[in-house]
Amino acid sequence: MKTTRIMIVAVGGQGNILAARVLGEAAAASGIPFRMSEFHGMAQRGGVVESMVLLGEGKGYCIADGETDVLLGFEPSETIRAAKKCSSRSVVITSTSQLPPFTVAMGQDRYPDVKQAIESMAGHVSKLITLDATSLALQAGSAQAGNMVMLGALAGSGILPIELKTFRNMIRTKTKPQFTEVNLIAFDLGTFAVNFSRTE
Amino acid sequence: MHILLRDKPGEQMLLLGNEAIARGALEAGVAFAAAYPGTPSSEIALQFFQISRETDLYFEYSANEKVSLEMAAGAAMCGLKTMATMKHVGVNVAADALMTLAYTGIKGALVVVAADDPFMFSSQNEQDTRWYGKLSGLPILEPSTVDEAREMTVKAFELSEMLELPVILRTTTRINHASGMVTLGPLGKRTIQGHFEKKPMDYVCIPAVSRRLHPRLLDKIARAAAFSDQSSLNRIEGSGKWGIVCNGVSYGYVSDALNELDMTDRFRVLRVGFSHPFPENRVRQFLDGCETVLVAEEGEPYMEEAIRNCAQRFGMMLPIHGKGETLFSKLYEFDPLMVKTVIASCFDLPFSPPVPIPVDTLPQVPDRPPNLCPGCPHRATYAAVREVFGDEAIYPTDIGCYTLGLLPPLHMGDFLIAMGAGIGSAGGFSRATGRKVVAFIGDSTFFHSGLSPLASAVYNNHDFMVVVLDNGTTGMTGHQPHPGVDLTHLNMDRTPISIESAVKGLGVKKVITVNPFKFRKTVEAVRELSRFQGVSVLIAKAGCPLYEKTLPGFRKKQVFQVNPAKCRSHKDCVGKIACPAFFVSEGMVKIDTERCTGCTVCVQICPENAILPVSRKEVRQ
Ligand code: SF4
Ligand code: SF4
Repeated sequence: MKTTRIMIVAVGGQGNILAARVLGEAAAASGIPFRMSEFHGMAQRGGVVESMVLLGEGKGYCIADGETDVLLGFEPSETIRAAKKCSSRSVVITSTSQLPPFTVAMGQDRYPDVKQAIESMAGHVSKLITLDATSLALQAGSAQAGNMVMLGALAGSGILPIELKTFRNMIRTKTKPQFTEVNLIAFDLGTFAVNFSRTE
Repeated sequence: MHILLRDKPGEQMLLLGNEAIARGALEAGVAFAAAYPGTPSSEIALQFFQISRETDLYFEYSANEKVSLEMAAGAAMCGLKTMATMKHVGVNVAADALMTLAYTGIKGALVVVAADDPFMFSSQNEQDTRWYGKLSGLPILEPSTVDEAREMTVKAFELSEMLELPVILRTTTRINHASGMVTLGPLGKRTIQGHFEKKPMDYVCIPAVSRRLHPRLLDKIARAAAFSDQSSLNRIEGSGKWGIVCNGVSYGYVSDALNELDMTDRFRVLRVGFSHPFPENRVRQFLDGCETVLVAEEGEPYMEEAIRNCAQRFGMMLPIHGKGETLFSKLYEFDPLMVKTVIASCFDLPFSPPVPIPVDTLPQVPDRPPNLCPGCPHRATYAAVREVFGDEAIYPTDIGCYTLGLLPPLHMGDFLIAMGAGIGSAGGFSRATGRKVVAFIGDSTFFHSGLSPLASAVYNNHDFMVVVLDNGTTGMTGHQPHPGVDLTHLNMDRTPISIESAVKGLGVKKVITVNPFKFRKTVEAVRELSRFQGVSVLIAKAGCPLYEKTLPGFRKKQVFQVNPAKCRSHKDCVGKIACPAFFVSEGMVKIDTERCTGCTVCVQICPENAILPVSRKEVRQ
């Protein structure tokens, strides 16, 4: 299988490392070789968290600028920050729920017009899908489940050769039992959203 | 049962690089491990800490890396299989012991994990630890993948046992924090009872002994060099006329690049996994028939220089490229594209790099600098010290979460180089300028390297203030214990040391302990200490809110909100402490009650008394 590179960007606390792990386990269960690496600039203290997941044969653990096949953004300004990872072939799936950095919340910095920026990104990539992961997560029963909504969106987009039921199995076995129920609903809402949402 | 204790050889498991290293150690039969935490190595120690609670593996968090190495060395001298894990700069701390431990050698086995951090994701420098191999003479192994991290750890133990020498397992962040499928090997048997045979003429490094031991070390290095030459860890792939030498993560980038450029038949690749002693004969074999060589290694030109040496020694004249302006940099991390581009340009191959989408039309995204958490006691302490000295004093600081006090609006931190160097440098600043100097140090860092500079300062009659930011844990690396931390709640018996008695014991005449959340009292204490001539110490003692949440009996305190009727919107609170629980909406300061921990610092700082508790009833709504 040709390498598929998936870059996941989020803010500390959004649970993208768990999402990447479930993705990795789902790939393993489907017999797809994969490797991944994660970076958390002091995640607990509000920094950016990046995961890079590479599916298919190969040895490197890293995705360079212009190389990502999929950019999965848990927060729209982080999607914009990571835009340079995309080329015209990339698919971008991004949440629109904003988490302004603390400097913005404090009125010392400006949060960009993400809506317009995302629209302008859409013109340069092969496909851009937006969804409001936080409100879907709340519908599922917990704001914390935004990561599973995003994972659902990735899984439902049909880009990866991994079946939805494999993801569901992994959510059942690899996420904390007390959250399984909510996680599964969140995942399903993500898969629906990606198929019925506005594609730019 | 801990997942790493799964005894199913052949089974595959998704592991983090650091977990794979811990697993490898367990497969090798590690019986004794010690560490001081440090990113990116910390998760290795975490596995041992957890596993030591359910097996007879001995593990301890030692006060610093040197102690952890010496601890492991002691046990290894008695025949145990041991491990000490640390980040790259920790090796500097341990180096004093390491250099001479190479002379005595060890019984049993000792593997030192040295985790480098190219790009400095979480470090003060990006030194290349491979030079320690040359400096000490010790063998170095470097994995390229997560699965190999497990396998090489097992080999490092074997090698250590065979050579009776410590072996360094050198990683980089991209391995420590990568994950992949690992094929489990059988778990090793632990021998926890050691036996020490006295041999002072071999182990007590007085000059006469060391003069005999140094040649013995050289013999061992020669044996190690023969292993390195034979080792499958140093392997040649392909037989093209163009050569690439690589190590660690660069191997993955090189291998992927050659596949993607469809050039595997034109190249030969030497993957160096056993990098000290350098496999000179293997290199000779590799260079033979090679027209040009490119060395792809992050950091320093360690292999490049070694290969030039080999070429000279074997009378080979081929061009050898590595670091250079149009080639590889000594700076930061590599990435796959950079490696591919350098290969293409060095060998003049057609290659059109992927074109990133245009980003200059996209708006600037504000940074997300890490920040002291809401309710962090350090914020309170810094605000109190600033209240007294403003920008007048010089503030040497130290390594930990509290380094973030550097950021606005606190601006506390004028000099930062190494663990303990805040106190160490303070006397220099004060003697050279005559200005007020306040040195900050965390509790874990205090035990790590704060004691000796403090003793030195007291003895030499320096004049500065030390603030020990005592939050009862090692916050930055994930809340590991240190010699001041009680572990009764984990049913672990420790003897916690009081920082106040330690400071007094070192002869400090003026010591005040405060709760920094009592803001006025803390300001008073700083004032009082500022009038003292000599070394004075303020111990600001209050728990890390993230750690406290994990302790039994934790209850969230009452949280606060801004009363808009009383708030005059001058934002004194934002200007002084800028707690991340604050946000400004329509020009008014508000508090995110989800994030507020109820520390009350803003309440005490607000001159209008506008910050008031949220009643329990309101919280429920
Ligand atoms: S210090 Fe008090 S009055 Fe001033 S902005 Fe803050 S809450 Fe309002
Ligand atoms: S009480 Fe004030 S300073 Fe403390 S956490 Fe809450 S908002 Fe922040």
